[in-house]
Amino acid sequence: MAAVVIRDVEKAFGSLRVIHGINVDIADGEFVVLVGPSGCGKSTLLRMIAGLEQITGGSISIGSRVVNNLPPKDRDVAMVFQNYALYPHMTVYDNMAFSLKLRHADAKLIDERVAKAAAILNLKDYLKRYPRQLSGGQRQRVAMGRAIVRDPQVFLFDEPLSNLDAKLRVQMRTEIKALHQRLKTTTVYVTHDQIEAMTMADRIVVMHDGIVEQIGTPLELYDHPANTFVAGFIGSPAMNFLSGTLRNGAVETAGGQAIRVHTSKTQEGQPVILGVRPEHLSLGNGGAGIAGRVTVLEPTGAETQIFVDTPAGPVTAVVSERHSFVPGTPITLQPRPDCIHLFDAQSGRHL
Amino acid sequence: MSQAIATGVLSPRRSLAELLDDRRVLSFLFMLPAVGLLVVFLAYPLGLGVWLGFTDARIGRPGIFTGLDNYISLFQDDVFLLSVFNTILYTVVATVIKFGLGLWLALLLNHSMPFKAFIRAIVLLPYIVPTVLSAIAFWWIYDAQFSIVSWALVKLGLIDHYIDFLGEPNMARGSLIAANIWRGIPFVAICLLAGLQTISPSLYEAAALDGATPWQRFRHVTVPMLMPILSVVLTFSVLFTFTDFQLVYAITRGGPVNSTHLMATLAFQRAIAGGRLGEGAAIATAMIPFLVFATVFSYYGLQRRKWQQGGHDD
Repeated sequence: MAAVVIRDVEKAFGSLRVIHGINVDIADGEFVVLVGPSGCGKSTLLRMIAGLEQITGGSISIGSRVVNNLPPKDRDVAMVFQNYALYPHMTVYDNMAFSLKLRHADAKLIDERVAKAAAILNLKDYLKRYPRQLSGGQRQRVAMGRAIVRDPQVFLFDEPLSNLDAKLRVQMRTEIKALHQRLKTTTVYVTHDQIEAMTMADRIVVMHDGIVEQIGTPLELYDHPANTFVAGFIGSPAMNFLSGTLRNGAVETAGGQAIRVHTSKTQEGQPVILGVRPEHLSLGNGGAGIAGRVTVLEPTGAETQIFVDTPAGPVTAVVSERHSFVPGTPITLQPRPDCIHLFDAQSGRHL
Repeated sequence: MSQAIATGVLSPRRSLAELLDDRRVLSFLFMLPAVGLLVVFLAYPLGLGVWLGFTDARIGRPGIFTGLDNYISLFQDDVFLLSVFNTILYTVVATVIKFGLGLWLALLLNHSMPFKAFIRAIVLLPYIVPTVLSAIAFWWIYDAQFSIVSWALVKLGLIDHYIDFLGEPNMARGSLIAANIWRGIPFVAICLLAGLQTISPSLYEAAALDGATPWQRFRHVTVPMLMPILSVVLTFSVLFTFTDFQLVYAITRGGPVNSTHLMATLAFQRAIAGGRLGEGAAIATAMIPFLVFATVFSYYGLQRRKWQQGGHDD
């Protein structure tokens, strides 16, 4: 196990710069998730840690070694690929044993390690099968088994669950987290799915267009997003944004409605973006709030999502009560005062 | 219900319609055109050839059945035995070198490099030039007086007199094999390149992370993944080389003194040029066991490997 330190790392493919100076410190034994929309550079960063991509600038260290110029095999990292990358001509056993065999490990040791990994991953009955004879979830587990038997310093996961169906994904999510709690190996996990990030990570690195937007624990990101990008990316359904101007301790939105806010860092007349999460809106009975008309109602059982058309733009609310509004019903939504976020309209930064 | 069946049996119109509804009848009917083509263009000529081999037919004379006479005389015929030796030598040496160089070329072409498409097109060139044309080119290259190879070597001061490429039996055999290799490499290289491109790059990355050196990646990833297509290409290559006719006939016509005859060229020489259809047919028929052996051999090589089959426990 080892810490991973990423210092001012840059990456360019020819003249196209995809990563612009990234700094991340990953502690020994930590589970860090790199999350962001497609093309944000998260997979490239992971591949640079693995040694599958050259580092254009900056440095990456694993443990106390700078690994910039080390080939993948000397970095002591194991990676689980999105398509699993199992060797199709080898049995499950041989897939897992391959790296140890290349190292000329003792046959007894190989047997021991593979058996141990197979026991952890429930693969004992499948050791003689070929990858084609396994289901998606089983292949996923073999890929993890291949990583486990090596007992590496760092596990790298590259969107490992995106080829699985929704139910299996939730199940494997829990398994990977349980595995990490058991092995306590430093893990870097790439995903575009913020729910995966929230549920699994010790800390999340939110990336966007080749830069780090924010690093923090899942709840830090949820409660204190640094900017509109993080605020909109973390949380589902996504946060509502209403633009307006600050006047007399309230935000006047485009539709002429005023929402009271508590803030000291703003100036009168400053254009701002007000952000409030759907789950922090409740139905008011008239009075102050965001008024609008119901467009769509989506009951999910435990809660109901209400889509509302307001003069300031569409707003989503999630309420736990059950309602049966017909489209067009006028309603007022009241935000919880302590859960209102204000962002600078220009920079998008949290105020 | 029973009435409907009764009328169906009675009415010939209905019964034809019902007959055509039968999957077995229908599939037989659909196979007929293909079967017809195969019989007319493959089975009949093959059957006729085999039959002629058992007769003493000559051009312009139907011939009578002579049993195994042709074969018995062929096995005492030194020219025929030499042609069998030549054919096997030609096939084995050319195939081994074609696959070695073809695989090497395919691996090179599989790397990303500038002008990739253009270079791949150039590699295919020997294959798209008509065989006879390239044979004539080689005939000039090997010419005793005008050979560019000899000329270049003399000018470089490496040799002092022109090489007689086609005048000496072993030299001629080697020259023909070289020409066949030149012509056959593109087919092997392009087919293997297609095979290489089906291998997922992430397998190489996984192997690199697992600690495999480039040679180990080739040995443990490329080779096993390439085996299925390799055996298909090998089968075709062996069949084409074994039955090769054009190159040899255009460059040496079997000479000098019948020393470079392959079975195919000898069969043509005896049957068409010499007019002894029966004997020529017997030589051609004698190729069949070799070809069957090669096909059966590769059939087992081609069998789907266990890892390619899905879904079953064993």
